[in-house]
Amino acid sequence: MNFEVKMLKTDVLIIGGGTAGCFAAVTIAEKAPNVSVLIAEKANIKRSGCLAAGVNALNAYITEGETPETYLQYVKEDYENIVREDLVYTMALRLNEVTKKIEDMGLVILKDSNGKYLARGKRNIKINGENIKPILAKAVESKKNIRVLNHVNIIDYIVKGSKVIGAHGFSINSNVFYIIIAKAVICATGGAAGLYRPNNPGFSRHKMWYPPFNVGSGYAMGIRAGCEMTSYEVRFIALRCKDTLAPTGTIAQEVKAEFINSKGEYYEKRYGRPTTYNRVFSTVEEMKAGRGPCYLKTVGISKEDEQRLIKAYLHMAPSQTLKWIDSGRGPSVENVEIEGSEPYIVGGHSASGYWVDTKRQTTLKGLFAAGDVVGGCPHKYVTGCFAEAEIAANSALKYIKDKEFETIDISSIEQKLNEVQRFFTNTSPLYTTEELEEAMQKVMDVYAGGISTGYAYNLKGLQVAKERIDELFTLAQRLRAEDTYQLMKIYELIDRLYVCKVLLHHLEARKETRWRAFQEFVDYPYKDDENFLKYVNSRFENGQVKIIFRSLVKKDEVYEHKD
Amino acid sequence: MSIRIDRQRCIGCGKCAEICPGNLIVIDEDKKAFIRDPRDCWGCAACVKECTFQAIQYFLGADIGGKGTIMYVKKENNLLYWFFKKPNGEKEVIVQNPNDNTTY
Repeated sequence: MNFEVKMLKTDVLIIGGGTAGCFAAVTIAEKAPNVSVLIAEKANIKRSGCLAAGVNALNAYITEGETPETYLQYVKEDYENIVREDLVYTMALRLNEVTKKIEDMGLVILKDSNGKYLARGKRNIKINGENIKPILAKAVESKKNIRVLNHVNIIDYIVKGSKVIGAHGFSINSNVFYIIIAKAVICATGGAAGLYRPNNPGFSRHKMWYPPFNVGSGYAMGIRAGCEMTSYEVRFIALRCKDTLAPTGTIAQEVKAEFINSKGEYYEKRYGRPTTYNRVFSTVEEMKAGRGPCYLKTVGISKEDEQRLIKAYLHMAPSQTLKWIDSGRGPSVENVEIEGSEPYIVGGHSASGYWVDTKRQTTLKGLFAAGDVVGGCPHKYVTGCFAEAEIAANSALKYIKDKEFETIDISSIEQKLNEVQRFFTNTSPLYTTEELEEAMQKVMDVYAGGISTGYAYNLKGLQVAKERIDELFTLAQRLRAEDTYQLMKIYELIDRLYVCKVLLHHLEARKETRWRAFQEFVDYPYKDDENFLKYVNSRFENGQVKIIFRSLVKKDEVYEHKD
Repeated sequence: MSIRIDRQRCIGCGKCAEICPGNLIVIDEDKKAFIRDPRDCWGCAACVKECTFQAIQYFLGADIGGKGTIMYVKKENNLLYWFFKKPNGEKEVIVQNPNDNTTY
């Protein structure tokens, strides 16, 4: 494969055209119509990222009687105080305003007869969100100063000194290698799925909750560039409908279904506060004790409620609707079985990701971040990603003022091209990318707290996993690609390996158990507030993961990077 | 969880290949769409909704309890018609109006 090299220039480069990426682009376009914006997207922004299938609620909204302060309080309690209060609070302040903005773009939000949004719970409102991504894409396309490059896989930032001045990547549909020079870069690539052995490892291996195409590339690029990262040990495990991995919140909230075990006992209250992690933990414990399967108790709901649920899932997880129709047994006659997902690294739900300042700038100048790639700010969901995108966009705009384009060193580009080309010239490898991916997932599952160990891990296992992941790095260098799609798969594997490597060091560094199931360290089974009311951060330096402990950042602090 | 592409109905317009969030669909030499590996489908149904010829059928893998019902979508006047066809030939349809402000 001979690449044709194309060099592009843009004021702001946004990597990833999902929820946060599209919203950041529109924010810039509206505020500064003369600033050029380029979105580089791995698929097509019309249906890419987490919202490809849609979503049927906005789960971060300040409903009547609530305030940004109460939202922060909820997030703090749910995540045992290890959150960046400055980030959560500045996000919460914008939640309702960005909701209005997406409604104005065309999203249908359900209302009561007085024209008020219909709340589903304390912090969520109901929407018709099947088309939320096409709505965002349309908003992007209506702006003249935004250019979209679909089907382009960005593989690394271009770094000059301690400054990010662009990124490079390749087209998945043609033989073009892109060098994109930018005054500022916003990373909005999403979290990482597929690090661990998935729930359905056979034919339905990609029937996950989080998109299997979000592999943590944004994290990996940041790790390789030496960005500081935070809280990878706060994994996210979703409690989901069995098999389809469809969300359970709609059932739990709409028909007030509670969790029961196989004996019909309501088990949740036995396990203390009903935090997000405790719901997963309690279900795992019931299974371990032989009282599984566990269910959401829906039997006996009315036929009307059943029809509403069947329809509601078409907005976000059509597989669950199909499951009910295919089996001929809807939720009114059969309880919905539940299970925990594989562990994901995802900053929009838990706390893993880039370590940013209050303005959402990473530890590298000129590199901003928004959405699932940003750490320290759990329970962002869709609207939180919008809010964060707005903040990052405003900060990037301020940053590029009076900035000129940097010149790039051609030899570094040649080096990168050679590195990529090598995968086309490697000869007769023993293993395929798919085999190494399975090997990685098995290692993580068995030694780093996957589904098979009930999410628990110990020190010895983590050490084995570290060695095995390093071996897989070596094997991955010998892989061969026949085309650019296969090349993308190789880079996805390598990116996942970087995320795994950092994750393993974080799991080892937090010597306590703070979030049962999410972070279940068997050698240190208790919460240790004396030593661990702090963030576990890391930086990748000279091939090694260096751990940094940092003190908690409070609500009204403005955090700036200093060391 | 996956899709099956009906080669009789497919005209090779390429809309599904353009939209798939995993870049999983390609158009072959006979101008027909095919999925690189059915095991890699996420099940988001983006392609199913994009296909104007109902050539893409969505189904549950046997490993997650699939019993052979297929689903496809027809878009008309801004309404989405979700069709479900069971192995015994029985059909069900759910109509979804994206502008409906009250139903769900």
